[in-house]
Amino acid sequence: MKGMTIKAALFKLRAFIALIFIFSFFAFTADAFLSSTNLIILTKHVAINAILAIGMTFVILTSGIDLSVGSIVGLCGMIAGMLIDKGLVIQFLNVVIYFEIWVIVLISIFVGFLFGCVNGFIITRFSVAPFIATLGMLYVARGFALLINDGATFPNLIGKEELNNTGFPNIGSGTFLSLPYTIWVMLALALIAVFLTTKTKFGRHIYAIGGNTKAAHLSGVNVNAVTLLTYGISGLCAGVVGVIVTSQLISSHPATGTTWELNAIAAVVLGGTSLMGGRGSVGGTIIGAFVIGVLSNGMILEGVSSFWQRVIMGTIIVLAVMIDQLQTRFISKD
Amino acid sequence: MEKILEAKNISKQYPGVVALDDVSFNVYKGKVNVLVGENGAGKSTLMKILSGVERQSSGEIYLNNKKLNIFSTNDAEKNSIGIIHQELNLFPNLTVHENIFMGHEILDRYKTIDTKQQIKITNELLSKLNQDIDAKTLVESLRIGQQQIIEIAKALAKKTKILIMDEPSSALSKKEVSVLFNVIEELKKQEVTIIYISHKLEEIMQIGDVITILRDSKFICEELINKIDIPWITENMVGMKSFEAVNTQKVKKGPKIIELKSISLKKKESEEYILDDVNFNSSSGEILSIYGLMGSGRTELLEIIMGLNKDFQGEIYLEDKILKASSISERISDGIVLVPEDRQGQGLVQSLSILSNTLLSKISRRFKDFYLNAKSEKKIVTKAIEYLGIKVSNYNNVITSLSGGNQQKVVIAKSLETEPRLLMLDEPTRGIDIGAKQEIFYIMKKLAEKGLSIIFVSSEIKEVLAVADRVIVLAKGKINKELMGGEITEDNLVKYSQG
Ligand SMILES: Nc1ncnc2c1ncn2[C@@H]1O[C@H](COP(=O)(O)OP(=O)(O)OP(=O)(O)O)[C@@H](O)[C@H]1O
Ligand SMILES: [Mg+2]
Repeated sequence: MKGMTIKAALFKLRAFIALIFIFSFFAFTADAFLSSTNLIILTKHVAINAILAIGMTFVILTSGIDLSVGSIVGLCGMIAGMLIDKGLVIQFLNVVIYFEIWVIVLISIFVGFLFGCVNGFIITRFSVAPFIATLGMLYVARGFALLINDGATFPNLIGKEELNNTGFPNIGSGTFLSLPYTIWVMLALALIAVFLTTKTKFGRHIYAIGGNTKAAHLSGVNVNAVTLLTYGISGLCAGVVGVIVTSQLISSHPATGTTWELNAIAAVVLGGTSLMGGRGSVGGTIIGAFVIGVLSNGMILEGVSSFWQRVIMGTIIVLAVMIDQLQTRFISKD
Repeated sequence: MEKILEAKNISKQYPGVVALDDVSFNVYKGKVNVLVGENGAGKSTLMKILSGVERQSSGEIYLNNKKLNIFSTNDAEKNSIGIIHQELNLFPNLTVHENIFMGHEILDRYKTIDTKQQIKITNELLSKLNQDIDAKTLVESLRIGQQQIIEIAKALAKKTKILIMDEPSSALSKKEVSVLFNVIEELKKQEVTIIYISHKLEEIMQIGDVITILRDSKFICEELINKIDIPWITENMVGMKSFEAVNTQKVKKGPKIIELKSISLKKKESEEYILDDVNFNSSSGEILSIYGLMGSGRTELLEIIMGLNKDFQGEIYLEDKILKASSISERISDGIVLVPEDRQGQGLVQSLSILSNTLLSKISRRFKDFYLNAKSEKKIVTKAIEYLGIKVSNYNNVITSLSGGNQQKVVIAKSLETEPRLLMLDEPTRGIDIGAKQEIFYIMKKLAEKGLSIIFVSSEIKEVLAVADRVIVLAKGKINKELMGGEITEDNLVKYSQG
């Protein structure tokens, strides 16, 4: 019985063990890997995907999926760019409003949240399959992102002193305790998400819906509201990423975020969350995002061709899930 | 009597639980071998081992005196051992015949599925089982009892030599049970060996040949059915003499809790009525039983009160306040709660722990705080487990690690945690052993005395007789008769339920 508990513990930590393994491999074979600059760059990259994946975890736990986050990243980035560059143009009143940076950030993130909620609304009110509803949103949000500046970028988003909207690039490049803000944001969101999923009734309800929607409904869980909110959270996370990426690049491009939803889904699945819903954790997702980040960073340092990188990445994602399944069977048989 | 299958000194450990402790079990050829024991005694576990779903930690199995290694369900099937599991294993999204032939599809000469042949055999099987079900209907549109019949048909289609039935009758109506017994008699004539698990002791006396009793994971005794009686079974099962009847002291009827006014419900896309102008009320302190045959509209009635079904006509009053078409969570806040008939599909979230399931309804209502308090959760669950006598080794285990009967108790615990004023129970004793049944009736009485109004649906006349203060007999969607006190007799219930 003791052996059983150790085995169960190892099983729980399997993603983490895999991460340590990959990490040590690169630490030994690639010289530059362990340098603090590289580690910070790596983590900054991971953070982008991790934030999207955190939102995605909520959705997948309810047995849904959100394909629109990449497009929402692009849209929210364009909104931030527009508000800095052109301000809010209200045509029929003939006025232009310029906001301070923190307001712009909030508006952009809120737009992400709203688009997520629209996903949730369509899914819950009209019983449209999440795959379809968010696939539609993938096109719609990308379309809006392109429409905002007629397909063009907003370059050089440093703001103007006289408009009182300077300092935007600082979000992406600033540091606190010598760690970039981006990493802090990821940590904060991860902590909030862990708290929400494990310590609140909202979180418990998410697991219940993913496990058995009917039983959850009959138990008085407000299935529609909770589900809708998970899509809102996913959209909100995409908004956060949109702002961060725009600030890092100091420009917003309407194509930003294309296919990022797939990376986020990969991180969630690698982290052990079941696409069937009801099982998984935010902690696992963060580890999943790191596995992906460490792998691609390490492969670049090793000089692996970018074509091979894709082959390897794809193989590892599928392999990881395969091993997961085998282990589950192994454990439950015992 | 010739032994066909013999399990010797079988033990099975789960983390933290000994499910079977050195159990030996003899199975006699061509007989109905009955296995009984309380909830969690290890009956299903033993059957899972015989059918290759689980593996024993130690012990041996002999088939026709030859040692047999069963590593998988395939091994069991190769040796003609088939099982009807306690929990349904059907694909709701597929049709009846697709379910029945799942994994054993009939192929034609082009190696494609011979649907015609499958449908033909399915219809033959179903008519043998006296069922008016079309082979092409989707399983999800069938009632629970009908789904159980499909499970039985599935096992019959495989033509097994040894057929294990783990509580096949718990979801069946009286009529369906007698059909099942006819089938069993016929199988016996064909030398098929049956292993039969049930908590319904009258049934066992009727159909069984040999009985084996388990208690606390151990083998207690084996005996011929014709040498024993029901008190003997309970004595060996529980380890005590007999049960006191649930006391039927005069109820103090309190104020009216719920009142239904001309409730009607039409079948979808048809003019037929499932419920036709139903009027009744129920008061605090009273146990009202709704009795009727399968399909008489009992479940639908409860679903309407619970707010699950909103397509009805008529009005529902809760203490003189009309109940608007509100959501289920609002109904629960109003103090109405339902223990649903289908614990697997509607009662439990299989991936969650015992604790989370027990508190699922409560946290949506009582815990005003946004976050969960682990300490008070533990306290509440421990109390609930004790109150209902649920056999649990650790409440953080997933719910599916509990025996069927104990899962049912968790569903009841969950609804009690909402502190209801109106408690509705739809077949709450499904799969519960007699001891626990008695406990649950006792609890129902206690709750009624505390001022709850209880509406109780059961297809077992004995249960209705045991607890009901008042009975409404439904027939074809109409209230056919209201019975009170001395009028509640077996004869009356049978008579008025026929319509
Ligand atoms: N997968 C599992 N993990 C842990 N414990 C288990 C598991 N399956 C069964 N058990 C435990 O083993 C014991 C025996 O369970 P089993 O299902 O065999 O009981 P049963 O006699 O069929 O009861 P019932 O009449 O309620 O169906 C129970 O205490 C149960 O909690
Ligand atoms: Mg059982």
